[in-house]
Amino acid sequence: MKHLLSTRDFDREAAIRILDVAEDMAQTAHREVRKLPPLRGKTIVNLFFEDSTRTRLSFESAAKRLSADVITVSAKGSSVSKGESLKDTAQTLVAMGADAIVVRHHHSGAAHQLAHAGWIDAAIINAGDGTHEHPTQALLDAFTIRARRFGDSSRGHDLAGLRVVIVGDILHSRVARSNVWLLTTLGAEVHIVAPRTLLPHGVEHWPVRVHEHLDSALATAPDAVMMLRIQGERMRDAFFPSTREYAREWGLTTERLALLGPDTMVMHPGPMNRGLEISSAAADSERSTVLAQVTNGVSIRMAVLYLLVAGSSSVADPAGGEK
Amino acid sequence: MTTLLIRGASLLGTQTEDVRIRDGVITARGTLTPEYGERVIDARGLIALPGFVDLHTHLREPGGEASETVLTGTRAAAAGGFTAVHAMANTSPVADTAGVVEQVARLGDLHGYASVRPVGAVTVGLAGEQLAEIGAMARSAARVRVFSDDGHCVHDPLLMRRALEYVSTFDGVVAQHAEEPRLTVGAQMNEGVLSGELGLTGWPAAAEEAIIARDVLLAEHVGARLHVCHLSTAGSVDVVRWAKARGIAVTAEVTPHHLLLTEELARGYDARFKVNPPLRRNEDVLALRAALGDGTIDIVATDHAPHPTEAKECTWGEASFGMVGLESALSVVQHSVIDTGILIWADVARVLSSVPATIGRLDGYAHPLEVGSPANIALVDPAHSRVWGADDLRGRSINTPYLGRQLPGRIVHTVHRGVLTVDDGALVEPEALAAAHQEVARG
Amino acid sequence: MVARTVLHDADITRALRRIAHEVLESRRGDGRLVFLGIPTRGVTLAQRIQRVVDDIEPGVSCAGALDITLYRDDLARTPTRTPAPTRIPPGGINDAIVVLVDDVLYSGRTIRAALDALVDHGRPRVVRLAVLVDRGHRELPIRADFVGKNLPSSTSERVSVHLAEVDGIDEVTIEP
Repeated sequence: MKHLLSTRDFDREAAIRILDVAEDMAQTAHREVRKLPPLRGKTIVNLFFEDSTRTRLSFESAAKRLSADVITVSAKGSSVSKGESLKDTAQTLVAMGADAIVVRHHHSGAAHQLAHAGWIDAAIINAGDGTHEHPTQALLDAFTIRARRFGDSSRGHDLAGLRVVIVGDILHSRVARSNVWLLTTLGAEVHIVAPRTLLPHGVEHWPVRVHEHLDSALATAPDAVMMLRIQGERMRDAFFPSTREYAREWGLTTERLALLGPDTMVMHPGPMNRGLEISSAAADSERSTVLAQVTNGVSIRMAVLYLLVAGSSSVADPAGGEK
Repeated sequence: MTTLLIRGASLLGTQTEDVRIRDGVITARGTLTPEYGERVIDARGLIALPGFVDLHTHLREPGGEASETVLTGTRAAAAGGFTAVHAMANTSPVADTAGVVEQVARLGDLHGYASVRPVGAVTVGLAGEQLAEIGAMARSAARVRVFSDDGHCVHDPLLMRRALEYVSTFDGVVAQHAEEPRLTVGAQMNEGVLSGELGLTGWPAAAEEAIIARDVLLAEHVGARLHVCHLSTAGSVDVVRWAKARGIAVTAEVTPHHLLLTEELARGYDARFKVNPPLRRNEDVLALRAALGDGTIDIVATDHAPHPTEAKECTWGEASFGMVGLESALSVVQHSVIDTGILIWADVARVLSSVPATIGRLDGYAHPLEVGSPANIALVDPAHSRVWGADDLRGRSINTPYLGRQLPGRIVHTVHRGVLTVDDGALVEPEALAAAHQEVARG
Repeated sequence: MVARTVLHDADITRALRRIAHEVLESRRGDGRLVFLGIPTRGVTLAQRIQRVVDDIEPGVSCAGALDITLYRDDLARTPTRTPAPTRIPPGGINDAIVVLVDDVLYSGRTIRAALDALVDHGRPRVVRLAVLVDRGHRELPIRADFVGKNLPSSTSERVSVHLAEVDGIDEVTIEP
């Protein structure tokens, strides 16, 4: 695996491998020295064209825990905002010695282009491209579900037999897309919920069950309910009439929270709109995995950075080596 | 040399006859003996077609000379077998006055590679609010007969009605870029299953079909001609077919790329494949081919849209819409509708030459290859096959979607007003071309 | 070329039992013994040795695994390897007698990596090394404290350790 662009790129074995390596990475948080050496001397560049404090910090944290040098370039105030093209920015960074570029961009396909346009040769990690994909988010979500459900025997496990409901602006959500492909690959049964205005054209071809009402999805007794952030501004483009109506119809209200099974987890990629897609009661309940998702995000990103950057080539060899 | 003898070509793909050209006119056909001093072209194995007429080209001059000029664009046209191009009005300044259109037409004549017929804007500045001075443009030396806001849709229904009426007063036709703007805000590619997966905002087929449906009804109501640019969907074909069956005076064009390429090419986010209207599904490609075959679609027009490299070597969302297409048009048409048995070469003469000339009210193309007609001829080698590359382009820009694709056919010679613009596959250089035109004028 | 068996199952069992006794003997006093095997087969050997030690003196020892993949000095030269789990027994390694256990000692680079990994987990009182086979050809100043069998070999030969829990059979072979 040379790049991490989309969760459609890996099969079940590759996905489980990443989750298992993340388990090893997670352990370091409990050691005396919380740092590992494999990326010593490597340079990771965070190239963020879109503002994002949490994802950026998560990647920075992950890279540093692997002893890598980290450079963060954010669009504001950089040469990029002065009109420098994506191609020139990327080539400049590689010329300065970047081994890998973590890129977040407001246009779908930006990461794919950096990886395949032939401009540069570094490893590319997609930290979110437009409305297309956010693969590390899906990986940390899958890791969180697995860890909550299987605890210490998570290693080697997939998500077969688990039911996950994803609720929100599916049309504009890269988190939804990455999760749909990854959770399905790991064997989970995926349901999505949204008003029709927020469902992509052709969603009936996705490997999911589609609900237009949240209550019918919750009635399937899911193992996890993933609430996606809704942008209030969408009501101006007639996607829904008001935030009040949206919250009433598709929000995880206190009433709906009470109807969930005892082991159902409540997830959210953050940042949350309390009172809109998720009530405070739900966000703060014991079922909520929101903080665990953040912690797991660092472990997943450590795993991804290690697998892509530590070795000499794109092939990951699961076997051991010589003594 | 003011006399050319083309020997052994298959005229319109049927009978083999020699053709003599003297002083810009076809003077003889049949089995001819070479005369003293005339240039003989050995055209055995080649097909002679009337010079192509593009009803939809973007020459970018004035204002966009970084991408293309009248000189470079007409050179690309000649290389593709075209002897006349209609230059769209979305230049800077917009071609909405007699002054601009006369300038563009004059440049075409000056350079001599192809006749340039400027298309006049329908509305001032393409802003969609006020009619442009259509009468002035029609009466100018440029004799504008095709009017279009292409790039933009004339979306206001009242304005479209008025435009249809007013343009018909001057024996012109409105060429509509059918795209309801409210349905395509931020659109990047065809709206479908693929756009949902790729996270690119969709351009629904209904946004094109709804405008065409409205416009044919308006054209019927006011008794005016309507031309629809770059048809791209099966649904649009159905609407046009319905309209023609009712006797509505509508004509339609399809681009070569919509006859061959589908939205699947968007998967790699390579913006060379970003175009407006977008590449659609395979079902649409097949419907467009069939429609060209049964006459529902009247002509092929390239929508040649040059862009500088930096406008394509960026993210899909940032990239400009459009592809160049003059040089590759014949090859793509051969590949998609001749080699598949839908059209024969005589049909190509119709859809690439005589019918576009009729729609644009362009003289000289009504009797293709007949004795007495102006000598505008394209000689094609149908047996040739090559992998299309950037060096097959002759314009200023290289945003072609066909790089690396195996395509048949090659323009070997192009004759424009009796003068060779392409000689044995190579463009004639400007000085020699000017000299040749002068000789013909003197003769 | 045919492999030659240099240790049969009985030889292995005897060797491990001897190592267990030697470890206990060297212990002197009341230190906690933590056997950390280096994956893959070192882990199995650590468990076996610890079981013998526990039979002789119950309650003073435990076993775990110490993966060294992330500490290798050749990471950038080979395709990325997937780490195996590290399991430090409850109680950690601070102030413990850590016995690293591996199947074959060769260049010594694995043990160098293991020492670096160990340091990030805590500070043992002392670190010892037990190996089933020492085949020589050290590239670093590393030596084993407890050796099952010394097996002089040439670098062109291939030494293979098989253990019942992993490979279905107990044997050590050498192949030219």
